[in-house]
Amino acid sequence: MNGLDPRQRTALRQQLENGLPLTARPWQTLAEQLGSSEAAVLEQARQWNDEGLFRRFGLVVHHRNLGFRANAMLVLDIPDHQVDAIGERLGRADGVNLCYQRPRRLPHWPFNLFCMVHGRERAAVQAHIAELLARHGLDQMPHRLLFSTRAFKQRGGRFTPSLPQETAHG
Amino acid sequence: MDDLDRRLINRLQHGLPLVPQPWQALANELNSQPQLLRQRVQALLDDGTLTRFGPMFDIERVGGAFTLAALAVPEERFDTVAEQLHAMPEVAHNYRRGHAWNMWFVLACATPDGISASIAHIEQLTGLPVLNLPKEETYHVGLHLPV
Repeated sequence: MNGLDPRQRTALRQQLENGLPLTARPWQTLAEQLGSSEAAVLEQARQWNDEGLFRRFGLVVHHRNLGFRANAMLVLDIPDHQVDAIGERLGRADGVNLCYQRPRRLPHWPFNLFCMVHGRERAAVQAHIAELLARHGLDQMPHRLLFSTRAFKQRGGRFTPSLPQETAHG
Repeated sequence: MDDLDRRLINRLQHGLPLVPQPWQALANELNSQPQLLRQRVQALLDDGTLTRFGPMFDIERVGGAFTLAALAVPEERFDTVAEQLHAMPEVAHNYRRGHAWNMWFVLACATPDGISASIAHIEQLTGLPVLNLPKEETYHVGLHLPV
């Protein structure tokens, strides 16, 4: 079995950005387009997966269309020396889908910890977050809850501009 | 959406097996037929329940860059600015949120320089300062929404 050459690897990445073909043997379909073999293409995908290059391998749901309309961004102002410990704890908490530290931009923006919580009803999400903050002793920390009220654009992580050339593998 | 769609979506949020015939593997797990599962995924893509299907590269691991950014847009200009952002391919998501910073969007670019160029472009286009909040630490990423 021959591996993919650099040109084929870049082409495979671009193909995958558009999604996986919905065929019985998707890797065979991709291999035919690339002029390669199913085994080589699948091996490349496994290698990328093992290297952690895929953020996730499956599907992206349009959460609003699935009824997840209460989408809350919880932001907190946590002292710098505590932010890692609290971020780790909140990140593991039930219902927290994403948890990041981001910079404050004083005086315009004082918050440095961001958590996303998705639910079907706003009241339930509010109650869940209130309970979460109380349980972690954070209800006295400065925080805000920013619900989304309209979605203008939601698409997957496609970034159509030309892909960087094999930078990840050096 | 029926029970099979729900089971399929919940299963696929955890990934597709990296094997030559993934639909056969899934059909075995879900006690269904591979052809039927593919038809269901196609239908869910067509009706907008799913936005995409397939592996997603972690764009930072392949040299790209992301940021979360916000604008405080005067009410009367809100829709116009939303349209200006919508036209930019670098804008991946855009939500209105209840706060003085009322427009929150994600920029996804092929290079880190692309982020600063996009922000400069948005500031020039709108005349509004952009709040740029790139992530400094990731504590948890796991967007699984049971349906």
